[in-house]
Amino acid sequence: MHELSIAMSIVEMAEQEAQRHGGRVAAVHLKLGMLSGVVKEALLSSYEMASADTALAGSQLIVEDVPIIVYCPSCQEQRQIKSAQWFCCPECGTPTSEVVQGKELELVALEIQ
Amino acid sequence: MQEPRLVEVRKNVLKANDVVARDLRERFRKASVFVVSLVSSPGSGKTAFLEKILSLLHPQCRVAALVGDLATENDALRLARSQAPVKQIVTGTLCHLEAAMVQNALQGWDLNDLDLLFIENVGNLVCPSSYDLGESLRLVLMSVTEGEDKPLKYPTIFNSADVAVLTKIDLAQAVEFNEDAALANIQAVRPGMQLFKVSAKNGEGVRAFVDFLLSRTKTLRPATTV
Repeated sequence: MHELSIAMSIVEMAEQEAQRHGGRVAAVHLKLGMLSGVVKEALLSSYEMASADTALAGSQLIVEDVPIIVYCPSCQEQRQIKSAQWFCCPECGTPTSEVVQGKELELVALEIQ
Repeated sequence: MQEPRLVEVRKNVLKANDVVARDLRERFRKASVFVVSLVSSPGSGKTAFLEKILSLLHPQCRVAALVGDLATENDALRLARSQAPVKQIVTGTLCHLEAAMVQNALQGWDLNDLDLLFIENVGNLVCPSSYDLGESLRLVLMSVTEGEDKPLKYPTIFNSADVAVLTKIDLAQAVEFNEDAALANIQAVRPGMQLFKVSAKNGEGVRAFVDFLLSRTKTLRPATTV
């Protein structure tokens, strides 16, 4: 359960950004990869705890799920896979470990009022 | 009420850790230290395996270990029997190691005196996957007593690792371990992943693993002495 410390990092970063821009943060937009090792539900409840008594209290954490995309060496194409349990090309079945996308844990934007 | 405006940030949430990890990796590269981290669930035999490796490597190779644990220093005491330098990182309630903890633990050690450094993470198959420690190679260990489907249950950590080590193989028969199924599961979540089968108890497979490490250490050398 490291979601709380990650939520605290998000709050800290968002507070710093909000200070630079001035205003109250209404929402924080986050990109969360399926391979980030972070559980969305745990992060959302941790965020509430982490933001309480801060300038971000009452703000919303909006999480965009980022699917896993791998590179298929046979098709020479990037392919989205549906499950982290099966790393192979959904078109031709070639196994591949080359992850192009899906590890994101990125603070994308703030909605400031 | 004023309409909210959208301010773009685009920052990695774990940037602070990644920056320290990058610095560490650069220090390791400059000092030609090959750094191996170990992750696994609690009780899969990280310390026993490491104890065996350290005792095999210690005279011929300059090795050291950092070992993470929530509360005790027991693991460091066990590893210190190999006579190699060992430091415990007590994480308190934290379920994983972070790069800054490695950085702090290295204080007082001259990296130029080392060839190989092992970092044993806290026993946990979830949280350590998100944190880069600056290591050259990440091992994920899985014991035969844990069941064949561990890779499917924890795909993220298996995917983040470079090499898998199957431990306690001396017990495989007793627990009716289905090796084919385990191997298939590892390959499903990390195709092409190299695997070693070891027993820290009777030493089976440990020498082969040590030889592999030494070959990697040597292949690293020429690239780092530029």
